[in-house]
Amino acid sequence: MTEHDPEKLNVAPGQPHSNILSETVAYVIGLALALVLTGVSFWVASTSALWGPGVAVGLVVLAIAQMGVHLVFFLHITSGPDNTNNVLALAFGVLIVFLVMIGTIWIMGHMNANMAPDPALMNLQMQH
Amino acid sequence: MFGKLTWDAIPFDEPIPLVTSLVVILAVVGTGIWVWRKGWWPALWHGYITSTDHKKIGIMYIVLALLMLVRGFADAIMMRAQQSLAIGASQGYLPPDHYNQIFSAHGTIMIFFVAMPFVIGFMNFAVPLQLGVRDVAFPTMNNVSFWLTASGALLVNLSLFIGEFARTGWLAFPPLSEKEFSPGVGVDYYLVALQISGVGTLLTGVNFVTTILKTRAPGMSYLRMPVFCWTSLASNLLIIAAFPVLTVTLALLMLDRYLGFHFFTNDGGGNSMLYMNLIWVWGHPEVYILVLPAFGIFSEVAATFSGKPLFGYRSMVFATLAICIISFCVWLHHFFTMGAGANVNAIFGIASMIIGIPTGVKIYNWLFTMYGGRVRFNVPMYYLIGFMLTFVLGGLTGVLLAIPAVDFLVHNSLFLVAHFHHVIIGGVVFAIMAGYTYWFPKAFGFTLDERLGKAIFWCWFIGFHLAFMPLYVLGFWGATRRMQHIPDASWAPWLNVAFFGAAIIGLGIALTVVQLLYSIKTRDQRRDVTGDPWDGRTLEWLTLSPPPHYNFAVLPDVHGEEAYWTRKQTAIKEDRLIDEPNYQPIEMPIDTPTGVICALFASICGFAVIWHIWWLAILGLIGAFAIFVWYAWQDEHEHIIPVDEVRENARERRRIRMEHLHSLSQST
Repeated sequence: MTEHDPEKLNVAPGQPHSNILSETVAYVIGLALALVLTGVSFWVASTSALWGPGVAVGLVVLAIAQMGVHLVFFLHITSGPDNTNNVLALAFGVLIVFLVMIGTIWIMGHMNANMAPDPALMNLQMQH
Repeated sequence: MFGKLTWDAIPFDEPIPLVTSLVVILAVVGTGIWVWRKGWWPALWHGYITSTDHKKIGIMYIVLALLMLVRGFADAIMMRAQQSLAIGASQGYLPPDHYNQIFSAHGTIMIFFVAMPFVIGFMNFAVPLQLGVRDVAFPTMNNVSFWLTASGALLVNLSLFIGEFARTGWLAFPPLSEKEFSPGVGVDYYLVALQISGVGTLLTGVNFVTTILKTRAPGMSYLRMPVFCWTSLASNLLIIAAFPVLTVTLALLMLDRYLGFHFFTNDGGGNSMLYMNLIWVWGHPEVYILVLPAFGIFSEVAATFSGKPLFGYRSMVFATLAICIISFCVWLHHFFTMGAGANVNAIFGIASMIIGIPTGVKIYNWLFTMYGGRVRFNVPMYYLIGFMLTFVLGGLTGVLLAIPAVDFLVHNSLFLVAHFHHVIIGGVVFAIMAGYTYWFPKAFGFTLDERLGKAIFWCWFIGFHLAFMPLYVLGFWGATRRMQHIPDASWAPWLNVAFFGAAIIGLGIALTVVQLLYSIKTRDQRRDVTGDPWDGRTLEWLTLSPPPHYNFAVLPDVHGEEAYWTRKQTAIKEDRLIDEPNYQPIEMPIDTPTGVICALFASICGFAVIWHIWWLAILGLIGAFAIFVWYAWQDEHEHIIPVDEVRENARERRRIRMEHLHSLSQST
């Protein structure tokens, strides 16, 4: 489109960087944080130092932190006024993902409880 | 070498698919030769096939949809004929395995390759014009989207001639669709065709959300956008949210079928109920992906032909967004009887009833738009009134079906079939026909014949009621859907009425072709010289019909709602146009064969995957990827339209508009 400054189109949404050095530094920090979070996840999953049920909770927390790192450092989500669209899109996405996930878990939980297959019936199906 | 593909794949022993395929192949080849003899290939290639112009892509979508409508209707009339014939002792003319393919193909084609291309075609054609911009955000991707959709349609139709189509119904529920119970290539055709066209649809969603959020004419704030743009935005948000779910669900089924996984099998820990859950997580929003743009078209029609601003614009926007969110909270109502239990069923039943409220708000808005207006009874207005009568009834049976207890009586019956045809024909198809009549002059510069248009409306309206009201009755009597043979002879009269109704709809479709040919033949008497044949209110009527490639010589300045209406009234009152702006050269995207070549390779890859020809599948994939690499290496993606050309066209347009507005100001 002619109305847009072509320079602007090449800058990712979010905080524009003044020079390539500061941009690189930001990406390196993001990469380091992502690697640390990934490493800690593997450690949490394999260690026996943690209380068993706490492992799952720890992984969830680390996963959400990982998403945050990706959003801020790589997808450049900020709270700035020019970012309203991105933040709204993110909110819509999160809402839908939660509706679908929680709904599915809830539905399938009830299905599994109510509709456990009768072994005799299973056997009939096996024989066509 | 050729995987599972042998000569047995061609149905030499089945006359119906064989003869149909040969006729279609002859027609396609014949059309190709005719176009070549006329010397139209270069115009077709540059003007349409490789075009990045959103208007041309929209027209291609609608041509695809019309062709597929004929195919889908042929399936429909065959089913109605079979059910009218195969009663009692008679077995009819379609063997069960053929009948099962027909109802599966009918549903798949009508939703994915008729309704979707139609609404996406209208969005392509109208949204950038209504926003007052020159193209969508990603013009080349738009062309790729279309050709991927066409590639899916090609594969589905190829299954008629080479191999078979799915016998599983239009959503391919496992365990029936698993390898164990459907060993043939039918389900693979279904899966691969939908995966390819699904990518196209998702790209469209990304494209239009970006276009609407990011590229609007100066002054076109969100609450000044026409309602069709709002409903398109909601529809495309739903595409972005829902189509990945479809892709993943079908991919899981493909893993089951191709690599022996156990996601949805009976044994090995699979759970076919999860497939129903996931496919309807996509399937319910899909209904609103189709019907929201339909509501948008009717909003434009209501305001234009009542000569009044739309009643309750803001409530319309709010209702649209409410539907957009709630449509993701109701999917379980498609499987109330699967056994989720009372709590789950109650919540989803209530959510399903709630979604009727914003829809009701819209109906009142259209009614109050007409109230007190000077209603002009052109063809689109017929469809609007027919839609309101039909859709309210269809919505009522929908609210009835939202009661879980009722579903234990009518689940999978013809009552359900009648209900969803009631809302899809009464809602989406009527809107499609209204939009087709409404925007046709903008696309081609002449109007469609009104008398034939009204005849087509009455064919759809009467034909629909005759075809589907008997199915409500039969459904209450316990007739299940998808029956190849009717055991109870007392159902015969109702089924015959339904067949008669389908035949009337068929007459309407035939008249649509007649109307098109007749209107082309008499186009000199029906020219739209002003660019504003309906006394419109939105920006697409500001430019000429058909619009230049760049739509607007300068992007219009928008002041207030109803951008074009305000501008037109000011011009009529002052008897002059706005001052001539300073014209600039315009940069427009160039044509590219990327889309059509990519889709060609995608079709080859898809065909190879279906028949397990792995070397060819890899070649197809490499080809489809290589064309994008080639595209990325191109230096030139835009060309400049010189300022002299822009100015000359714009002055001619101003002269025409001045004459038109002057004659209007004389008459008022």
